[in-house]
Amino acid sequence: MAAKLASGETTSVALTQAHLDRINSVEDKVHAFLFIDAKGALEQAASVDAKRAKGEKLSPLAGVPLALKDVLAQKDKPTTCGSKILEGWLPPYDSTVVANLKKNGIVILGKTNMDEFAMGSSTENSAYGPTHNPWDLSRIPGGSGGGSSAALASFEAPLAIGTDTGGSIRQPAAVTGTVGVKPTYGGVSRYGLVAFSSSLDQAGPCARTVLDTALLHEAIAGYDPKDATSINAPIPLVVQAAKDGNVKGMKIGVVKELNGDGYQPGVRARFDEALELLAKAGAEIVEVSAPNFEYALAAYYLIAPSEASSNLARFDAMRYGLRVGDVDGASAEAVMNLTREVGFGKEVKRRIILGTYALSSGYYDAYYGSAQKVRTLITQDFTKAFTKADVLVSPTCPTTAFKIGEKANDPLAMYLNDIATIPVNMAGIGGMSLPAGLADEDGLPVGFQIMSPVMKDERMYSVGASLEAALLSKWGAPLLDRAPTLEASK
Amino acid sequence: MSSLSRDEVAKLAGLARIEMSEEELVSLSKEFTVILDAVARVQEVASADVAPTSHPLSLRNVFRPDVVVPSLSPEQALSGAPAQEEQRFRVPQILGEE
Repeated sequence: MAAKLASGETTSVALTQAHLDRINSVEDKVHAFLFIDAKGALEQAASVDAKRAKGEKLSPLAGVPLALKDVLAQKDKPTTCGSKILEGWLPPYDSTVVANLKKNGIVILGKTNMDEFAMGSSTENSAYGPTHNPWDLSRIPGGSGGGSSAALASFEAPLAIGTDTGGSIRQPAAVTGTVGVKPTYGGVSRYGLVAFSSSLDQAGPCARTVLDTALLHEAIAGYDPKDATSINAPIPLVVQAAKDGNVKGMKIGVVKELNGDGYQPGVRARFDEALELLAKAGAEIVEVSAPNFEYALAAYYLIAPSEASSNLARFDAMRYGLRVGDVDGASAEAVMNLTREVGFGKEVKRRIILGTYALSSGYYDAYYGSAQKVRTLITQDFTKAFTKADVLVSPTCPTTAFKIGEKANDPLAMYLNDIATIPVNMAGIGGMSLPAGLADEDGLPVGFQIMSPVMKDERMYSVGASLEAALLSKWGAPLLDRAPTLEASK
Repeated sequence: MSSLSRDEVAKLAGLARIEMSEEELVSLSKEFTVILDAVARVQEVASADVAPTSHPLSLRNVFRPDVVVPSLSPEQALSGAPAQEEQRFRVPQILGEE
């Protein structure tokens, strides 16, 4: 698309309108968006076209439309985080990610659906109803960034932004047959990203190809003085790596603990096949062990809720957002209690209570303190594994997309879906998921996960691009060509 | 086996400033028995000789230059307020009457 824009074959306005038309025709089935900004997008597109007509030098993705996860503040546009407590709130400022998108001329189509405050793996926890997987509308599109992944897979948008706290970019990418990257922690600014778990949250790029993902990565990444945890170092050379797609001589480590029991046969088959292709492309496949990964899930469900219980204390009905029960004589505390009862959904309440418990005196050492120690052990496992391999790989998820409603009443089963993605967040390293094909038993997409050391994000793009090219020549066409055409099923 | 009684959940909900129905308190207390058992596994490997990690980056004291930069106007800052009065946030009564 970028090439056609650059050559003048099409305009950003035409491209944006085409995507708005596509949204119009399939959105009632998919429900990827919470807010569609047709007017704003077309204005932005027109301004890019005008600049191009004047011969101004534009960034590679200028004029290409994008779907933005509703957890990132965009000035004067609704930003709800999938929660009733923020319904109607219009941020008075842009997050750094949004500022970078605008600087690069990337057109923002609207805000995508998500699990409330990014807590979930299915987008069922959105206060505004679930998003449907374009491969099978009765199934989940992953979560928390299910709106972004569904928008990509249904061709409503060619680019999307997600955020990943325990897998919320990679798991949705896996189950929708799209590409998603969680950059190194600190690689992309968190300024204006509504915080869920500050030490784990990371915004990142999503697209349908590895190269598009790399171009978007480059556009949003970089040091930001407004985020004290932003890394002050050059952006990894992800675009070059994605263009070269060279794995000759690279050592690829298969994590023994992230495979086997509990992984669906079709997931394992596609994973093994991908390894063979990478070996054929010149990579050396080795096995590595990370014995403490089995404790990652437990540690995550203490650390993330603990940080969330603190972060979400800001929703106090005083300065912005919902306020309930503000009648004459009602105390501030009573108003807070009532507002938070009405404003938060079940999963958010569950996690706030769990976090409050894990941080409470008498339990702190046993729960939160122990979880922090597990975090150290997981990071050490990664450090050790990266002495034996340049990147690590695993299936992104143990299964393909499950049915909407299937796990809604079993929080533990839902949490298990993130078993292979969580270790990456704990250590703050980079992780990518890209499509590895369809599982034989259900015909649904399978994700292949690549993990790279801190600020070596380019490595996952090298491996991803190599695998993508090998799979493409095997399939003869992109995987998404096999997805159902949503319009025809009307 | 770890568990949380209905009263303990009620106490935590109070600390977290969330009003909860009787039904919610009971169902959460049941769920927590399962969830706490699962997360308590961290104690199996968290021995005294392991240092805790609170953050993936070992940063400390990140400062920015002490330079005045433009910030939100009072109108912008108040734009999302549920209630306002005289260019201030209007909030419910905070102190008791006595």
